[in-house]
Amino acid sequence: MTTRIDRRMAKLKTEGRPALVTYFMGGDPDYDTSLSIMKALPGAGSDIIELGMPFSDPMADGPAIQAAGLRALKGGQTLVKTLKMASEFRAGDNETPIVLMGYYNPIYIYGVDRFLKDALASGIDGLIVVDLPPEMDEELCIPALKAGINFIRLATPTTDDKRLPKVLQNTSGFVYYVSMTGITGSALADTGKVAAAVNRIKGHTDLPVCVGFGVKTAEQARVIGANADGVVVGTAIVNAVANVLGPTGEKTADPAEAVATLVSGLAQGVRSARLAAAE
Amino acid sequence: MDQPATPNSFRTGPDEQGMFGIFGGRFVAETLMPLILDLERHWNEVKNDPDFRAELTNLSTHYAGRPSKLYFAEGLTRHLREVSSAKGLGGGAKVYFKREDLNHTGSHKINNCLGQILLAKRMGKKRIIAETGAGQHGVASATVAARFGYPCVVYMGATDVARQSPNVFRMKLLGAEVRPVTAGHGTLKDAMNEALRDWVTNVEDTYYLIGTAAGPHPYPELVRDFQSVIGTEARAQILEQEGRLPDTIIAAVGGGSNAIGLFHPFLDDKDVRIIGIEAGGRGLDGIEHCASMNAGSPGVLHGNRTYLLQNADGQIMDGHSISAGLDYPGVGPEHSWLRDSGRVEYVPILDDEALEAFKLTTRVEGIIPALESAHAIAHAVKIVPAMDKDQIVIVNLSGRGDKDVHTVASMLGMEI
Repeated sequence: MTTRIDRRMAKLKTEGRPALVTYFMGGDPDYDTSLSIMKALPGAGSDIIELGMPFSDPMADGPAIQAAGLRALKGGQTLVKTLKMASEFRAGDNETPIVLMGYYNPIYIYGVDRFLKDALASGIDGLIVVDLPPEMDEELCIPALKAGINFIRLATPTTDDKRLPKVLQNTSGFVYYVSMTGITGSALADTGKVAAAVNRIKGHTDLPVCVGFGVKTAEQARVIGANADGVVVGTAIVNAVANVLGPTGEKTADPAEAVATLVSGLAQGVRSARLAAAE
Repeated sequence: MDQPATPNSFRTGPDEQGMFGIFGGRFVAETLMPLILDLERHWNEVKNDPDFRAELTNLSTHYAGRPSKLYFAEGLTRHLREVSSAKGLGGGAKVYFKREDLNHTGSHKINNCLGQILLAKRMGKKRIIAETGAGQHGVASATVAARFGYPCVVYMGATDVARQSPNVFRMKLLGAEVRPVTAGHGTLKDAMNEALRDWVTNVEDTYYLIGTAAGPHPYPELVRDFQSVIGTEARAQILEQEGRLPDTIIAAVGGGSNAIGLFHPFLDDKDVRIIGIEAGGRGLDGIEHCASMNAGSPGVLHGNRTYLLQNADGQIMDGHSISAGLDYPGVGPEHSWLRDSGRVEYVPILDDEALEAFKLTTRVEGIIPALESAHAIAHAVKIVPAMDKDQIVIVNLSGRGDKDVHTVASMLGMEI
């Protein structure tokens, strides 16, 4: 069984370049604006979309994504609306993979079976649930795999060789390597160490390995993309939205345009990654 | 929900996965998972290690002042017998206080902090972080960090920093750095989020000293075990003083560490009625309370599944209590399991009722109780007059109320 993620990754492999994976917060600052951001992503060069599900207590996220989540919740975003957003996007784009990213509690409260059914119907391809390590696989990972949805696991610098097989066991779609010990939006780790870690993970799996946490610029995307199969950018995109919001949340410019401009630059970065590496 | 079958013992949890029935678990980011497994390994090594136990007992005795006394609260008992007579009942059980307020630092929090600092030392950690609401756990953490020479960072919601300034100053005197947390709503839940973010960032050298019997496995178990000294002592003391077990034991439940500490050694004494008191705040009809087990539902937060205050979308609500120590929208997972299994009753006490009990205890016993403990006393005030004179109730006086005098003064419309 292949998913949109598998097909997209295979296609990029033949093109010889890494994927640009873009995270944005669903419902930030409001539903309609957020949907317009989502729709602008593929055209700007995003290969895979991570759709953030806001949560009141995002314990692995830095201030930027915390604030984005609170804006979204204040704007009335719910998991029901996040799924609706995916489904509206899917009506106009049946190719770009969508990965839902967030925390477990809203899914647990929605009900796992009902969630998987509705996620599939909304065109969701994968899940990243930060607070579900392999020890808790029975909760959502196994049911998701049975339902045909990729469960993308985070591997971190603290995941040593002994533990990696456990982390990779039920992972599908791709592996998300967290470049540092820390929260989202921190400074990028030593890129040499990141490259070594990516190679270490590749020694354990044939799955594509994408790298995130700390990538903010096209140059960083280029450097990380030289040996990773994908580069994940989140905080920089969330900040691009925040930067065009005034003190009371009013829009001072079009957030979708601001995000598209940023993503176009990042897309250039990943597209030159292998050229630079080959030099 | 189906009622689980009654187990042979209520004292065997958690299982190897850290579960108490459906509650507990290890819902943490992958970065923390190896750390939690490492903590579990060390915990399993030390928990039955006689040397570790001896060192802890020595500190508990000579540094913290254990065993704490089991005190016959004669003044309160007499008062409640008068109430009983006035109602024409002619009863009124004997009330005992387990005096955790007499411990060093003024509450039960020191029991857990001494245990965990020894564990941190065994693990070779170099830095201590903690979260605190009212500041009692922050002070106890700063205290043991000072005693053992560790740098200590305490995360405290900005709202709590403002309303608990004496404790903030105490922590600073003890050499701790107090970091106010403005994220979210600036209370205990946000402080816990921020402590977890620190831990995720500083994985190599940092020990996270959680203050209550909650969080990812093995914290609920190890905090319970360090606090169980309360119930173990109380059980032996009442047998010595009265020659029998109590009829009822009562403790306040925020995260629930003082309560599980008192309850756990009594769980298999089936004739002992066990009652946990939640913060009813301004009433359970609205959202201004912290009664997660009476008015919440199971969910996942801070590494464990437990009863939480949350909305229909699974977003966590901010509770309210007059007592900063009970102001948390969740509860330790073992309490959730004890609730569902029916072994322990959990009932709410309102802000006003706790305040009345605070004033009453101060007047008739000459003891100023913490507002948390005043919740437990308030329930005793409710039930004791209807009990018989030969019955016995133990209330956990988990802490002293000096820290609360500003709050109480403002509730009473006074300035000090």
